[in-house]
Amino acid sequence: MSEVTPDLVRHLASLARILVTEEEVQKLTGELSVIVDSVASVNKAVSGDVLPTSHPIPMSNVFREDVVLPSLTQAEALSAAPDSAEGRFKVPAILDEE
Amino acid sequence: MSDLIHKSAAELADLLSTKQVSSEEVTTAFFDRSEKLNHKTFSYLHLNRETALAAAKKADQALAAGKIQSPLHGVPIAVKDVLVTQDAPTTAGSKILEGWMPQYDATVVKKLREAGLPILGKTNMDEFAMGSSTEYSAYGPSRNPWDLQRIPGGSGGGSSSAVAGRLAPLAIGSDTGGSIRYPAAVTGSVGTKPTYGAVSRYGVIALASSLDQIGPVTNTVLDAALLQDVISGHDSKDSTSLPNSLGSMADAVRNADFKGLRVGIVKQLSSDGFQAGVAERFQDTLSKLTANGVEIVEVDCPSFEYSVAAYYLILPAEASSNLAKYDSVRFGMRVLPEGNPTIERVMAATREAGFGPEVKRRIILGTYALSSGYYDAYYGSAQKVRTLIQQDLANAFAKVDVLLTPTAPTTAFKIGEKVNDPLAMYLNDIATIPANLAGIPGISVPNGLAKEDGLPSGVQILAPAMQDAKAYRVAALIENLYKAEWGGYLIDQAPDLEALNV
Repeated sequence: MSEVTPDLVRHLASLARILVTEEEVQKLTGELSVIVDSVASVNKAVSGDVLPTSHPIPMSNVFREDVVLPSLTQAEALSAAPDSAEGRFKVPAILDEE
Repeated sequence: MSDLIHKSAAELADLLSTKQVSSEEVTTAFFDRSEKLNHKTFSYLHLNRETALAAAKKADQALAAGKIQSPLHGVPIAVKDVLVTQDAPTTAGSKILEGWMPQYDATVVKKLREAGLPILGKTNMDEFAMGSSTEYSAYGPSRNPWDLQRIPGGSGGGSSSAVAGRLAPLAIGSDTGGSIRYPAAVTGSVGTKPTYGAVSRYGVIALASSLDQIGPVTNTVLDAALLQDVISGHDSKDSTSLPNSLGSMADAVRNADFKGLRVGIVKQLSSDGFQAGVAERFQDTLSKLTANGVEIVEVDCPSFEYSVAAYYLILPAEASSNLAKYDSVRFGMRVLPEGNPTIERVMAATREAGFGPEVKRRIILGTYALSSGYYDAYYGSAQKVRTLIQQDLANAFAKVDVLLTPTAPTTAFKIGEKVNDPLAMYLNDIATIPANLAGIPGISVPNGLAKEDGLPSGVQILAPAMQDAKAYRVAALIENLYKAEWGGYLIDQAPDLEALNV
Protein backbone atom coordinates (compact mmCIF):
# COMPACT_ATOMS: atom_id res chain seq x y z
CA MET A 1 0.00 0.00 0.00
CA SER A 2 1.04 3.54 -0.64
CA GLU A 3 3.03 5.54 1.83
CA VAL A 4 1.54 8.85 0.70
CA THR A 5 0.42 10.77 3.78
CA PRO A 6 -0.74 14.39 4.18
CA ASP A 7 2.60 15.20 5.84
CA LEU A 8 4.53 13.78 2.90
CA VAL A 9 2.42 15.81 0.45
CA ARG A 10 3.09 18.99 2.47
CA HIS A 11 6.81 18.22 2.46
CA LEU A 12 6.92 17.47 -1.29
CA ALA A 13 4.92 20.61 -2.12
CA SER A 14 7.33 22.70 -0.11
CA LEU A 15 10.33 21.08 -1.88
CA ALA A 16 8.64 21.85 -5.21
CA ARG A 17 7.90 25.43 -4.06
CA ILE A 18 4.16 25.15 -4.45
CA LEU A 19 1.94 26.63 -1.76
CA VAL A 20 -0.91 24.22 -1.03
CA THR A 21 -4.09 24.72 0.97
CA GLU A 22 -5.20 22.12 3.50
CA GLU A 23 -8.00 21.17 1.12
CA GLU A 24 -5.47 20.57 -1.67
CA VAL A 25 -3.29 18.47 0.67
CA GLN A 26 -6.22 16.17 1.42
CA LYS A 27 -7.20 15.88 -2.25
CA LEU A 28 -3.62 15.31 -3.43
CA THR A 29 -3.01 12.67 -0.74
CA GLY A 30 -5.90 10.62 -2.09
CA GLU A 31 -5.05 11.13 -5.76
CA LEU A 32 -1.33 10.50 -5.36
CA SER A 33 -1.98 7.35 -3.31
CA VAL A 34 -3.98 5.88 -6.18
CA ILE A 35 -1.38 6.89 -8.76
CA VAL A 36 1.61 5.68 -6.71
CA ASP A 37 -0.06 2.32 -6.02
CA SER A 38 -0.60 1.97 -9.75
CA VAL A 39 2.89 2.96 -10.93
CA ALA A 40 4.63 0.95 -8.19
CA SER A 41 4.18 -2.11 -10.46
CA VAL A 42 7.42 -1.13 -12.25
CA ASN A 43 9.19 -2.90 -9.39
CA LYS A 44 7.71 -6.21 -10.49
CA ALA A 45 8.76 -5.73 -14.10
CA VAL A 46 12.46 -5.79 -13.44
CA SER A 47 14.41 -8.77 -12.22
CA GLY A 48 18.10 -9.43 -12.57
CA ASP A 49 20.58 -7.15 -14.24
CA VAL A 50 18.95 -4.65 -16.54
CA LEU A 51 20.72 -1.45 -17.48
CA PRO A 52 18.63 1.70 -17.10
CA THR A 53 17.82 3.79 -20.19
CA SER A 54 17.78 7.52 -19.64
CA HIS A 55 17.79 8.56 -23.25
CA PRO A 56 16.04 6.71 -26.11
CA ILE A 57 18.70 7.33 -28.75
CA PRO A 58 22.14 7.07 -27.11
CA MET A 59 24.46 9.95 -27.94
CA SER A 60 27.52 11.17 -26.15
CA ASN A 61 29.96 14.04 -26.44
CA VAL A 62 27.82 16.15 -28.73
CA PHE A 63 30.03 19.04 -29.77
CA ARG A 64 29.74 21.94 -32.14
CA GLU A 65 32.22 24.47 -33.43
CA ASP A 66 32.90 27.19 -30.87
CA VAL A 67 31.79 30.17 -32.92
CA VAL A 68 30.33 33.44 -31.73
CA LEU A 69 26.68 33.77 -32.75
CA PRO A 70 24.23 36.61 -32.13
CA SER A 71 22.52 36.34 -28.74
CA LEU A 72 19.94 38.31 -26.80
CA THR A 73 20.85 41.83 -25.74
CA GLN A 74 20.58 42.67 -22.06
CA ALA A 75 17.38 44.64 -22.74
CA GLU A 76 15.86 41.71 -24.67
CA ALA A 77 16.77 39.24 -21.95
CA LEU A 78 15.08 41.45 -19.36
CA SER A 79 12.05 42.29 -21.51
CA ALA A 80 9.78 39.61 -20.05
CA ALA A 81 10.96 39.84 -16.45
CA PRO A 82 8.37 40.66 -13.79
CA ASP A 83 10.81 43.19 -12.34
CA SER A 84 14.25 44.51 -13.19
CA ALA A 85 16.62 47.25 -12.10
CA GLU A 86 19.98 48.53 -13.34
CA GLY A 87 20.07 46.02 -16.15
CA ARG A 88 19.47 43.03 -13.87
CA PHE A 89 16.62 40.79 -12.78
CA LYS A 90 15.18 42.14 -9.52
CA VAL A 91 13.96 39.68 -6.92
CA PRO A 92 12.36 40.12 -3.51
CA ALA A 93 14.34 39.59 -0.34
CA ILE A 94 16.55 36.50 -0.39
CA LEU A 95 16.86 36.21 3.38
CA ASP A 96 14.30 36.53 6.11
CA GLU A 97 14.55 39.64 8.26
CA GLU A 98 14.64 37.62 11.46
CA MET B 1 -13.15 30.78 -52.47
CA SER B 2 -14.64 28.58 -49.75
CA ASP B 3 -13.73 25.36 -51.63
CA LEU B 4 -10.08 26.07 -50.77
CA ILE B 5 -10.66 24.98 -47.21
CA HIS B 6 -11.64 21.47 -48.35
CA LYS B 7 -8.35 20.87 -50.15
CA SER B 8 -5.38 19.03 -48.75
CA ALA B 9 -2.14 20.92 -48.17
CA ALA B 10 -0.53 19.07 -51.10
CA GLU B 11 -3.38 20.14 -53.39
CA LEU B 12 -3.09 23.72 -52.17
CA ALA B 13 0.68 23.66 -52.73
CA ASP B 14 0.09 22.55 -56.34
CA LEU B 15 -2.40 25.36 -56.93
CA LEU B 16 0.06 27.83 -55.41
CA SER B 17 3.12 26.70 -57.35
CA THR B 18 1.16 26.83 -60.64
CA LYS B 19 -0.11 30.29 -59.66
CA GLN B 20 -3.78 29.32 -59.83
CA VAL B 21 -4.26 30.78 -56.40
CA SER B 22 -2.23 33.10 -54.15
CA SER B 23 -1.07 32.46 -50.61
CA GLU B 24 -2.97 35.57 -49.60
CA GLU B 25 -6.22 34.00 -50.90
CA VAL B 26 -5.57 30.67 -49.19
CA THR B 27 -4.48 32.26 -45.92
CA THR B 28 -7.48 34.61 -45.95
CA ALA B 29 -9.87 31.69 -46.58
CA PHE B 30 -8.58 29.76 -43.55
CA PHE B 31 -8.27 32.87 -41.43
CA ASP B 32 -11.84 33.98 -42.13
CA ARG B 33 -13.14 30.53 -41.28
CA SER B 34 -11.02 30.37 -38.11
CA GLU B 35 -12.25 33.75 -36.94
CA LYS B 36 -15.84 32.74 -37.60
CA LEU B 37 -15.76 29.25 -36.07
CA ASN B 38 -13.06 29.31 -33.38
CA HIS B 39 -15.72 29.96 -30.72
CA LYS B 40 -17.14 26.51 -31.54
CA THR B 41 -13.97 24.40 -31.38
CA PHE B 42 -11.72 26.77 -29.40
CA SER B 43 -8.79 25.46 -31.43
CA TYR B 44 -6.80 28.68 -31.21
CA LEU B 45 -5.57 30.59 -28.19
CA HIS B 46 -4.27 33.34 -30.42
CA LEU B 47 -4.96 34.38 -34.01
CA ASN B 48 -3.19 37.23 -35.81
CA ARG B 49 -4.46 38.26 -39.23
CA GLU B 50 -1.81 40.93 -39.68
CA THR B 51 1.23 38.66 -39.26
CA ALA B 52 -0.40 35.79 -41.18
CA LEU B 53 -1.22 37.98 -44.17
CA ALA B 54 2.16 39.70 -44.11
CA ALA B 55 3.80 36.25 -44.34
CA ALA B 56 1.36 35.23 -47.11
CA LYS B 57 2.22 38.34 -49.14
CA LYS B 58 5.91 37.60 -48.70
CA ALA B 59 5.30 34.05 -49.94
CA ASP B 60 3.43 35.44 -52.95
CA GLN B 61 6.27 37.84 -53.76
CA ALA B 62 8.73 34.96 -53.67
CA LEU B 63 6.45 32.93 -55.97
CA ALA B 64 6.17 35.84 -58.36
CA ALA B 65 9.96 35.96 -58.46
CA GLY B 66 10.02 32.25 -59.28
CA LYS B 67 11.25 31.17 -55.84
CA ILE B 68 9.55 28.15 -54.30
CA GLN B 69 11.02 27.81 -50.81
CA SER B 70 9.58 24.35 -50.05
CA PRO B 71 6.99 21.84 -51.36
CA LEU B 72 4.48 23.52 -48.99
CA HIS B 73 5.32 27.09 -50.01
CA GLY B 74 2.43 29.44 -49.28
CA VAL B 75 0.27 26.91 -47.38
CA PRO B 76 -0.80 28.36 -44.01
CA ILE B 77 -0.26 26.44 -40.77
CA ALA B 78 -1.34 26.47 -37.12
CA VAL B 79 1.31 26.04 -34.42
CA LYS B 80 0.78 24.47 -31.01
CA ASP B 81 1.32 27.00 -28.26
CA VAL B 82 4.20 24.95 -26.85
CA LEU B 83 6.57 26.37 -29.50
CA VAL B 84 7.93 29.84 -28.86
CA THR B 85 7.15 32.54 -31.41
CA GLN B 86 8.66 35.98 -31.43
CA ASP B 87 5.57 37.65 -32.88
CA ALA B 88 2.84 35.95 -30.83
CA PRO B 89 2.29 35.34 -27.12
CA THR B 90 3.26 31.84 -26.01
CA THR B 91 1.59 30.26 -22.98
CA ALA B 92 1.78 26.44 -23.26
CA GLY B 93 -1.82 26.57 -22.05
CA SER B 94 -0.74 27.88 -18.64
CA LYS B 95 -1.72 30.97 -16.67
CA ILE B 96 1.83 31.25 -15.41
CA LEU B 97 2.93 32.32 -18.92
CA GLU B 98 -0.12 34.43 -19.81
CA GLY B 99 0.90 37.23 -22.16
CA TRP B 100 4.54 36.12 -22.42
CA MET B 101 6.20 37.37 -25.62
CA PRO B 102 9.25 35.19 -26.29
CA GLN B 103 12.42 36.88 -27.50
CA TYR B 104 13.14 34.27 -30.18
CA ASP B 105 11.58 31.70 -32.52
CA ALA B 106 11.75 27.94 -32.02
CA THR B 107 13.84 26.25 -34.73
CA VAL B 108 10.71 24.60 -36.15
CA VAL B 109 8.97 27.99 -36.33
CA LYS B 110 12.02 29.45 -38.06
CA LYS B 111 11.99 26.56 -40.54
CA LEU B 112 8.29 27.11 -41.26
CA ARG B 113 8.90 30.79 -41.95
CA GLU B 114 11.88 30.01 -44.19
CA ALA B 115 9.81 27.42 -46.06
CA GLY B 116 7.17 30.06 -46.84
CA LEU B 117 4.35 28.80 -44.58
CA PRO B 118 2.30 31.65 -43.07
CA ILE B 119 1.43 31.01 -39.39
CA LEU B 120 -2.29 31.47 -38.72
CA GLY B 121 -2.12 31.31 -34.93
CA LYS B 122 -1.24 29.35 -31.80
CA THR B 123 -3.33 26.34 -30.84
CA ASN B 124 -4.79 25.33 -27.50
CA MET B 125 -3.36 22.49 -25.40
CA ASP B 126 -3.47 20.92 -21.98
CA GLU B 127 -1.34 23.00 -19.62
CA PHE B 128 2.35 22.27 -20.39
CA ALA B 129 1.06 19.37 -22.54
CA MET B 130 -0.08 17.39 -19.50
CA GLY B 131 -3.34 15.72 -20.45
CA SER B 132 -5.18 13.91 -23.21
CA SER B 133 -8.29 16.05 -23.66
CA THR B 134 -7.32 19.79 -23.49
CA GLU B 135 -9.55 20.00 -20.41
CA TYR B 136 -6.44 20.92 -18.41
CA SER B 137 -5.82 24.02 -20.54
CA ALA B 138 -5.97 27.06 -18.26
CA TYR B 139 -7.98 28.77 -21.01
CA GLY B 140 -10.76 26.18 -21.42
CA PRO B 141 -11.19 23.01 -23.50
CA SER B 142 -11.09 22.67 -27.27
CA ARG B 143 -13.95 20.72 -28.83
CA ASN B 144 -14.10 17.88 -31.33
CA PRO B 145 -15.41 18.97 -34.76
CA TRP B 146 -17.24 15.61 -35.07
CA ASP B 147 -19.24 16.30 -31.90
CA LEU B 148 -18.74 19.53 -29.98
CA GLN B 149 -19.69 17.86 -26.68
CA ARG B 150 -16.64 15.62 -26.97
CA ILE B 151 -12.91 16.07 -26.46
CA PRO B 152 -10.59 16.49 -29.49
CA GLY B 153 -7.85 14.53 -27.70
CA GLY B 154 -4.85 16.01 -25.99
CA SER B 155 -2.61 17.48 -25.28
CA GLY B 156 -2.70 18.75 -28.87
CA GLY B 157 -6.47 19.08 -29.16
CA GLY B 158 -6.15 22.62 -30.48
CA SER B 159 -4.08 21.44 -33.44
CA SER B 160 -6.21 18.33 -34.11
CA SER B 161 -9.51 20.25 -33.97
CA ALA B 162 -8.06 23.04 -36.15
CA VAL B 163 -7.08 20.56 -38.86
CA ALA B 164 -10.15 18.30 -38.58
CA GLY B 165 -12.44 21.37 -38.48
CA ARG B 166 -10.59 22.83 -41.48
CA LEU B 167 -9.56 25.92 -39.59
CA ALA B 168 -6.04 25.16 -40.88
CA PRO B 169 -4.77 22.82 -43.60
CA LEU B 170 -1.75 21.85 -41.46
CA ALA B 171 -0.67 22.09 -37.84
CA ILE B 172 2.32 21.38 -35.63
CA GLY B 173 1.98 19.26 -32.50
CA SER B 174 4.21 17.86 -29.77
CA ASP B 175 4.09 14.25 -28.62
CA THR B 176 5.45 13.16 -25.23
CA GLY B 177 3.17 10.13 -24.69
CA GLY B 178 0.70 10.41 -27.57
CA SER B 179 -0.23 14.10 -27.72
CA ILE B 180 -0.12 14.12 -31.54
CA ARG B 181 -1.34 10.58 -32.30
CA TYR B 182 -4.19 10.33 -29.77
CA PRO B 183 -5.85 13.60 -30.90
CA ALA B 184 -5.44 12.48 -34.53
CA ALA B 185 -7.24 9.20 -33.80
CA VAL B 186 -10.24 10.79 -32.10
CA THR B 187 -10.67 13.54 -34.71
CA GLY B 188 -10.25 11.40 -37.85
CA SER B 189 -7.02 13.13 -38.82
CA VAL B 190 -3.40 12.04 -39.30
CA GLY B 191 -0.66 12.60 -36.72
CA THR B 192 3.00 11.61 -36.60
CA LYS B 193 5.49 11.36 -33.79
CA PRO B 194 8.84 11.18 -35.62
CA THR B 195 11.88 9.35 -34.28
CA TYR B 196 13.23 11.09 -31.17
CA GLY B 197 15.68 13.75 -32.33
CA ALA B 198 14.44 13.90 -35.95
CA VAL B 199 12.92 17.34 -35.34
CA SER B 200 14.62 20.04 -33.28
CA ARG B 201 13.23 20.74 -29.80
CA TYR B 202 15.00 24.12 -29.57
CA GLY B 203 12.38 26.64 -28.51
CA VAL B 204 9.88 23.98 -27.53
CA ILE B 205 8.69 24.44 -23.96
CA ALA B 206 9.95 21.23 -22.37
CA LEU B 207 7.66 18.74 -20.66
CA ALA B 208 9.79 15.58 -20.42
CA SER B 209 13.00 16.10 -22.37
CA SER B 210 13.80 12.43 -23.01
CA LEU B 211 10.29 11.83 -24.45
CA ASP B 212 9.22 15.07 -26.21
CA GLN B 213 9.14 15.18 -30.00
CA ILE B 214 7.60 17.62 -32.48
CA GLY B 215 5.60 16.42 -35.45
CA PRO B 216 2.93 17.03 -38.10
CA VAL B 217 -0.86 17.16 -37.61
CA THR B 218 -2.70 16.89 -40.95
CA ASN B 219 -5.67 15.43 -42.81
CA THR B 220 -3.69 13.21 -45.18
CA VAL B 221 -0.57 11.04 -44.98
CA LEU B 222 1.12 12.88 -47.85
CA ASP B 223 0.58 16.21 -46.08
CA ALA B 224 2.17 14.78 -42.91
CA ALA B 225 5.14 13.51 -44.92
CA LEU B 226 5.63 16.85 -46.70
CA LEU B 227 5.46 18.68 -43.38
CA GLN B 228 7.89 16.32 -41.66
CA ASP B 229 10.32 16.90 -44.54
CA VAL B 230 10.05 20.67 -43.94
CA ILE B 231 10.56 20.63 -40.15
CA SER B 232 13.11 17.82 -39.68
CA GLY B 233 16.89 17.98 -39.89
CA HIS B 234 19.89 18.49 -37.67
CA ASP B 235 19.97 21.54 -35.39
CA SER B 236 23.17 22.38 -33.56
CA LYS B 237 21.06 24.19 -30.93
CA ASP B 238 19.55 20.87 -29.80
CA SER B 239 22.12 18.41 -28.48
CA THR B 240 19.67 15.51 -28.96
CA SER B 241 19.14 16.37 -32.63
CA LEU B 242 20.00 13.47 -34.94
CA PRO B 243 23.12 14.16 -37.00
CA ASN B 244 21.87 12.53 -40.20
CA SER B 245 18.82 13.03 -42.41
CA LEU B 246 16.19 10.29 -42.36
CA GLY B 247 15.45 10.81 -46.08
CA SER B 248 12.30 12.04 -47.79
CA MET B 249 9.03 10.95 -46.19
CA ALA B 250 7.11 12.30 -49.21
CA ASP B 251 9.04 9.88 -51.44
CA ALA B 252 8.18 7.01 -49.09
CA VAL B 253 4.49 7.91 -49.41
CA ARG B 254 4.55 8.33 -53.18
CA ASN B 255 6.44 5.07 -53.75
CA ALA B 256 4.52 2.96 -51.24
CA ASP B 257 3.84 -0.64 -52.28
CA PHE B 258 2.82 -3.88 -50.59
CA LYS B 259 5.80 -5.85 -51.86
CA GLY B 260 7.27 -8.12 -49.19
CA LEU B 261 5.58 -6.22 -46.37
CA ARG B 262 5.45 -7.98 -43.00
CA VAL B 263 3.25 -6.50 -40.32
CA GLY B 264 3.18 -7.38 -36.63
CA ILE B 265 0.38 -7.00 -34.16
CA VAL B 266 1.26 -6.72 -30.49
CA LYS B 267 -0.29 -9.41 -28.31
CA GLN B 268 -0.55 -6.93 -25.43
CA LEU B 269 -2.27 -4.26 -27.58
CA SER B 270 -4.64 -6.03 -29.90
CA SER B 271 -8.08 -6.49 -28.41
CA ASP B 272 -8.35 -6.50 -24.61
CA GLY B 273 -9.52 -3.20 -23.19
CA PHE B 274 -10.42 -1.64 -26.52
CA GLN B 275 -13.92 -0.38 -27.25
CA ALA B 276 -15.77 -2.93 -29.44
CA GLY B 277 -16.11 -0.57 -32.39
CA VAL B 278 -12.42 0.36 -32.21
CA ALA B 279 -11.38 -3.32 -32.06
CA GLU B 280 -13.71 -4.04 -35.01
CA ARG B 281 -12.12 -1.23 -37.08
CA PHE B 282 -8.67 -2.61 -36.25
CA GLN B 283 -9.66 -6.10 -37.46
CA ASP B 284 -11.04 -4.49 -40.61
CA THR B 285 -7.67 -2.82 -41.29
CA LEU B 286 -5.88 -6.14 -40.78
CA SER B 287 -8.31 -7.94 -43.12
CA LYS B 288 -7.72 -5.35 -45.83
CA LEU B 289 -3.96 -5.80 -45.53
CA THR B 290 -4.24 -9.60 -45.60
CA ALA B 291 -6.40 -9.35 -48.72
CA ASN B 292 -3.51 -7.53 -50.35
CA GLY B 293 -1.03 -10.26 -49.57
CA VAL B 294 0.46 -8.71 -46.44
CA GLU B 295 1.71 -11.26 -43.92
CA ILE B 296 0.49 -10.54 -40.40
CA VAL B 297 2.10 -12.11 -37.37
CA GLU B 298 1.52 -11.68 -33.66
CA VAL B 299 4.49 -10.53 -31.60
CA ASP B 300 4.91 -10.64 -27.84
CA CYS B 301 5.97 -7.46 -26.00
CA PRO B 302 5.52 -8.48 -22.36
CA SER B 303 7.08 -5.28 -20.95
CA PHE B 304 4.39 -3.14 -22.60
CA GLU B 305 2.27 -4.08 -19.60
CA TYR B 306 4.45 -1.75 -17.51
CA SER B 307 4.78 1.09 -20.00
CA VAL B 308 2.08 3.34 -18.52
CA ALA B 309 3.53 2.87 -15.02
CA ALA B 310 7.08 3.61 -16.19
CA TYR B 311 5.87 6.61 -18.16
CA TYR B 312 4.05 8.14 -15.19
CA LEU B 313 7.26 8.00 -13.19
CA ILE B 314 9.68 9.21 -15.87
CA LEU B 315 7.45 11.99 -17.14
CA PRO B 316 6.65 13.59 -13.76
CA ALA B 317 10.29 13.25 -12.71
CA GLU B 318 11.54 15.10 -15.78
CA ALA B 319 8.64 17.58 -15.70
CA SER B 320 9.19 18.49 -12.04
CA SER B 321 12.72 19.44 -12.98
CA ASN B 322 11.86 21.23 -16.25
CA LEU B 323 9.09 23.27 -14.63
CA ALA B 324 11.37 24.57 -11.89
CA LYS B 325 12.20 27.44 -14.25
CA TYR B 326 8.79 29.03 -13.60
CA ASP B 327 10.12 30.80 -10.55
CA SER B 328 8.77 34.37 -11.03
CA VAL B 329 12.21 35.78 -11.82
CA ARG B 330 13.02 35.87 -15.54
CA PHE B 331 9.61 35.67 -17.19
CA GLY B 332 6.00 34.81 -16.50
CA MET B 333 3.78 35.53 -13.55
CA ARG B 334 4.90 36.89 -10.16
CA VAL B 335 2.57 36.84 -7.17
CA LEU B 336 3.65 38.89 -4.17
CA PRO B 337 2.22 37.78 -0.83
CA GLU B 338 1.57 40.55 1.69
CA GLY B 339 4.30 42.03 3.84
CA ASN B 340 7.96 41.72 2.87
CA PRO B 341 8.08 38.13 1.59
CA THR B 342 11.26 36.25 0.72
CA ILE B 343 11.82 34.99 -2.82
CA GLU B 344 10.97 31.47 -1.62
CA ARG B 345 7.51 32.57 -0.51
CA VAL B 346 7.05 34.53 -3.74
CA MET B 347 7.91 31.44 -5.79
CA ALA B 348 5.53 29.24 -3.84
CA ALA B 349 2.69 31.78 -4.10
CA THR B 350 3.35 32.30 -7.82
CA ARG B 351 3.40 28.58 -8.59
CA GLU B 352 0.28 28.04 -6.50
CA ALA B 353 -1.59 30.68 -8.50
CA GLY B 354 -0.02 30.00 -11.91
CA PHE B 355 -0.20 26.20 -12.17
CA GLY B 356 -3.38 24.18 -12.61
CA PRO B 357 -4.27 21.01 -10.65
CA GLU B 358 -2.79 18.47 -13.09
CA VAL B 359 0.52 20.31 -13.29
CA LYS B 360 0.74 20.47 -9.50
CA ARG B 361 -0.11 16.76 -9.26
CA ARG B 362 2.63 15.78 -11.67
CA ILE B 363 5.28 18.09 -10.19
CA ILE B 364 4.61 16.70 -6.71
CA LEU B 365 4.55 13.12 -8.04
CA GLY B 366 7.85 13.75 -9.84
CA THR B 367 9.39 15.26 -6.73
CA TYR B 368 8.36 12.10 -4.87
CA ALA B 369 9.77 9.75 -7.55
CA LEU B 370 13.11 11.53 -7.41
CA SER B 371 13.41 11.84 -3.64
CA SER B 372 16.11 9.91 -1.85
CA GLY B 373 14.91 6.56 -0.59
CA TYR B 374 12.38 6.23 -3.42
CA TYR B 375 14.60 6.99 -6.41
CA ASP B 376 15.79 3.42 -7.03
CA ALA B 377 12.40 1.81 -6.52
CA TYR B 378 10.53 4.23 -8.78
CA TYR B 379 12.61 6.27 -11.19
CA GLY B 380 15.41 3.68 -11.39
CA SER B 381 13.00 0.80 -12.07
CA ALA B 382 11.12 2.88 -14.63
CA GLN B 383 14.32 3.48 -16.55
CA LYS B 384 14.98 -0.25 -16.56
CA VAL B 385 11.47 -0.88 -17.92
CA ARG B 386 12.44 1.47 -20.70
CA THR B 387 15.32 -0.84 -21.59
CA LEU B 388 13.01 -3.88 -21.54
CA ILE B 389 10.55 -2.14 -23.86
CA GLN B 390 13.35 -1.36 -26.28
CA GLN B 391 14.40 -5.03 -26.17
CA ASP B 392 10.82 -6.18 -26.81
CA LEU B 393 10.64 -3.87 -29.81
CA ALA B 394 14.02 -4.98 -31.14
CA ASN B 395 12.85 -8.61 -31.00
CA ALA B 396 9.60 -7.68 -32.74
CA PHE B 397 11.26 -5.66 -35.49
CA ALA B 398 13.57 -8.59 -36.20
CA LYS B 399 10.46 -10.40 -37.46
CA VAL B 400 8.36 -7.63 -39.03
CA ASP B 401 8.74 -4.27 -40.79
CA VAL B 402 6.16 -2.38 -38.73
CA LEU B 403 3.79 -2.94 -35.82
CA LEU B 404 0.12 -2.00 -35.86
CA THR B 405 -2.08 -1.22 -32.87
CA PRO B 406 -5.32 0.68 -32.41
CA THR B 407 -4.14 4.23 -31.58
CA ALA B 408 -6.61 4.84 -28.77
CA PRO B 409 -8.62 2.47 -26.56
CA THR B 410 -11.87 4.34 -27.22
CA THR B 411 -13.36 6.97 -29.49
CA ALA B 412 -13.62 10.57 -28.21
CA PHE B 413 -15.18 10.72 -24.74
CA LYS B 414 -17.44 13.48 -23.48
CA ILE B 415 -16.01 16.67 -22.01
CA GLY B 416 -16.06 16.27 -18.22
CA GLU B 417 -16.24 12.48 -18.26
CA LYS B 418 -12.70 11.76 -16.98
CA VAL B 419 -11.49 15.12 -15.73
CA ASN B 420 -11.77 14.14 -12.06
CA ASP B 421 -10.16 10.73 -12.50
CA PRO B 422 -6.45 11.24 -13.31
CA LEU B 423 -5.72 7.53 -13.62
CA ALA B 424 -8.53 6.96 -16.15
CA MET B 425 -7.17 9.91 -18.14
CA TYR B 426 -3.66 8.41 -18.12
CA LEU B 427 -4.89 5.15 -19.69
CA ASN B 428 -5.93 6.91 -22.93
CA ASP B 429 -2.28 6.78 -23.95
CA ILE B 430 -1.75 3.06 -23.33
CA ALA B 431 -0.96 2.28 -26.99
CA THR B 432 1.02 5.41 -27.77
CA ILE B 433 3.38 5.59 -24.77
CA PRO B 434 5.76 2.73 -25.75
CA ALA B 435 6.95 4.69 -28.83
CA ASN B 436 8.03 7.62 -26.65
CA LEU B 437 9.79 5.41 -24.13
CA ALA B 438 11.68 3.69 -26.97
CA GLY B 439 12.21 6.78 -29.16
CA ILE B 440 10.66 5.15 -32.24
CA PRO B 441 8.34 6.80 -34.81
CA GLY B 442 4.57 6.31 -34.81
CA ILE B 443 1.77 7.51 -37.10
CA SER B 444 -1.96 7.44 -36.49
CA VAL B 445 -4.15 7.09 -39.58
CA PRO B 446 -7.98 7.09 -39.62
CA ASN B 447 -9.51 3.65 -40.16
CA GLY B 448 -13.20 4.46 -40.03
CA LEU B 449 -16.04 5.19 -37.65
CA ALA B 450 -16.83 2.97 -34.67
CA LYS B 451 -20.16 1.29 -35.26
CA GLU B 452 -21.64 2.02 -31.81
CA ASP B 453 -21.14 5.79 -31.82
CA GLY B 454 -20.19 6.82 -35.36
CA LEU B 455 -17.01 8.51 -34.12
CA PRO B 456 -13.54 8.29 -35.70
CA SER B 457 -11.08 5.53 -34.88
CA GLY B 458 -7.38 5.35 -35.74
CA VAL B 459 -4.75 2.73 -36.40
CA GLN B 460 -1.19 3.32 -35.22
CA ILE B 461 1.84 2.28 -37.26
CA LEU B 462 5.12 1.87 -35.33
CA ALA B 463 8.49 1.50 -37.05
CA PRO B 464 12.07 1.07 -35.81
CA ALA B 465 14.01 4.19 -34.80
CA MET B 466 15.24 6.25 -37.78
CA GLN B 467 12.94 4.30 -40.10
CA ASP B 468 10.12 6.83 -40.20
CA ALA B 469 9.88 6.19 -43.95
CA LYS B 470 8.64 2.66 -43.24
CA ALA B 471 5.85 4.00 -41.05
CA TYR B 472 4.88 6.49 -43.77
CA ARG B 473 4.89 3.74 -46.39
CA VAL B 474 2.40 1.64 -44.45
CA ALA B 475 0.35 4.69 -43.44
CA ALA B 476 -0.01 5.57 -47.12
CA LEU B 477 -1.02 1.99 -48.03
CA ILE B 478 -3.71 1.92 -45.34
CA GLU B 479 -4.98 5.35 -46.33
CA ASN B 480 -5.19 4.25 -49.97
CA LEU B 481 -7.19 1.12 -49.07
CA TYR B 482 -9.75 3.23 -47.22
CA LYS B 483 -9.81 5.95 -49.87
CA ALA B 484 -10.81 3.28 -52.37
CA GLU B 485 -13.62 2.15 -50.07
CA TRP B 486 -14.91 5.60 -49.07
CA GLY B 487 -14.20 7.52 -52.27
CA GLY B 488 -12.20 10.07 -50.26
CA TYR B 489 -10.67 10.75 -46.86
CA LEU B 490 -12.44 10.04 -43.57
CA ILE B 491 -12.39 13.75 -42.80
CA ASP B 492 -14.67 14.31 -45.82
CA GLN B 493 -17.38 12.53 -43.80
CA ALA B 494 -17.10 14.97 -40.87
CA PRO B 495 -20.22 17.04 -40.14
CA ASP B 496 -20.46 20.62 -41.35
CA LEU B 497 -18.92 22.64 -38.53
CA GLU B 498 -20.99 25.70 -39.46
CA ALA B 499 -24.17 23.75 -38.70
CA LEU B 500 -22.99 22.42 -35.31
CA ASN B 501 -23.73 24.24 -32.09
CA VAL B 502 -21.96 24.07 -28.74
